[in-house]
Amino acid sequence: MNQFSKTVAIVGAAESDEIGVVPDKSPLQHHAEAAHNALADAGLSIKDVDGLFTAGYSTLALGEYIGVRPKYTDSTAVGGSSFVIHLAHAIAAINAGYCNVALVTHGEAGRSGRERSTAGLGGAGLAGPQFEAPYGIIGPPVSYSMACSRYMSQYGEDRTRQALAEIAVSTRKWALLNPKAYMKEPMSFDDYHNSRWIAWPFHLFDCCLVTDAGGAVVVTRADRARDLPKKPVYILGAAEHHDHSMISQMPDLTVTPAHSSGPRALEMAGLSHKDIDLTMIYDSFTYTVLITLESLDFCGPGEGPEFVANQRTAPGGDFALNTSGGGLSYTHPGMYGMFLTVEAVRQLRGECGERNVNPKIALVNGTGGVLSSTGTAVLAVD
Amino acid sequence: MTSDTYKRPLPLSQPEWDYYWERTKQHELWLMRCDDCSRHYFYPRAICPNCFSRNTRWAQSSGKGTLHAFSIVHRGPTPAFADYVPYVACIVELEDGARFPSNLVEVEPDPANIKVGMPVEVVFDDVTEGVTLPKFRPAQ
Repeated sequence: MNQFSKTVAIVGAAESDEIGVVPDKSPLQHHAEAAHNALADAGLSIKDVDGLFTAGYSTLALGEYIGVRPKYTDSTAVGGSSFVIHLAHAIAAINAGYCNVALVTHGEAGRSGRERSTAGLGGAGLAGPQFEAPYGIIGPPVSYSMACSRYMSQYGEDRTRQALAEIAVSTRKWALLNPKAYMKEPMSFDDYHNSRWIAWPFHLFDCCLVTDAGGAVVVTRADRARDLPKKPVYILGAAEHHDHSMISQMPDLTVTPAHSSGPRALEMAGLSHKDIDLTMIYDSFTYTVLITLESLDFCGPGEGPEFVANQRTAPGGDFALNTSGGGLSYTHPGMYGMFLTVEAVRQLRGECGERNVNPKIALVNGTGGVLSSTGTAVLAVD
Repeated sequence: MTSDTYKRPLPLSQPEWDYYWERTKQHELWLMRCDDCSRHYFYPRAICPNCFSRNTRWAQSSGKGTLHAFSIVHRGPTPAFADYVPYVACIVELEDGARFPSNLVEVEPDPANIKVGMPVEVVFDDVTEGVTLPKFRPAQ
């Protein structure tokens, strides 16, 4: 176990007031609402915040909007994993004495926003717009589906397809237990297989939602956390990695950077896979879950289909995975990573009602870009 | 087609990439090669991404390779692709050693006809008066 394991804790976690389809709110409103709610959850004031972390906007804009003038600032933005990576950075910043109370916020109006993403079209000096965009290799569905075709060729198309269906169906079952989930109807295997093609090999139900939502967490020293109202959720380990920006430059289309961040987060925590009670994996697509389970070494390369077979990851199964209903069926505003942590905190505190799996230790893995970056964190309650 | 009527994204002029696009207009595919680590790479940059050497140069590619990965895109990523779908996005593993993002053309966009690992070869699509995109087709 690393000397910085369990030195800080998450003491507040929340979403913005309403999530899903929220046409009358801007992204920064979602940031501010989530920050307000997370600080209230923590029993702390905005005046206590001296470290500010976000992605999507610069902390300059965020700090001004919510009235925080921080001593420590971190605008690390490497996609939807950033909000997990911020936890690793908060461990470092708090232990170095740069700040005492770290506020990490997220907010996007992915569904209703007036500025829709132009990913892949701008950035004249970048290689993606130059060499991928002219071919319609723009945005996550095209890139992730290409990666999945490679997996299918290496490990078998039919068993891969079955695994993707298992993940889509089991995740929907969890969403039906989450009152905040966007998707309210059950999904059958037939529903999955009959959903329209977005980008072969991806059906519609392989792809995450596009919603409006914000989230925030508050992190402080473990000794201070014990004096606050809620049960502290200790960060036992956290690590990050990235290995490409464009999908054509990904070293191996079937292995995510979690192969590096995962083992280091577990090593820092002094734990192994058998210790994990709850796993929250960024499910931008069903395929992201399949290869992240392998990259995190819950199973070997190509063994994911057996690992998730027979609804093993659904409610009542023996591997609790994405209990919020995930990006596939609960919410996904564009950069979903924050919501992995929010659910893990609530599960560890026992606040999840009928979907609570009563975990003591949770592993969170965010993925950003086009399978480009990951942040892995191991969280626990006493 | 002129650049006024072509709606999909086009490369923007960049000093370090202009030579590449000048060669594609001549229907030639050029990569870069590092003479220290003896590897071709794409996309072009003056310093080798594999070993950080400055000992690099342009090198013409055979334009032959295999299909490394592909996607049959039914829902275009932007409105500009509405009349281009379904199209095949792909990554080609060139026999010279570099991975190359492109489109697979001259084939039905049906997974029954397209297999990862199949041999492919470059063709040149003069999409506007000023821009030629290297694309790939099943090897003849």
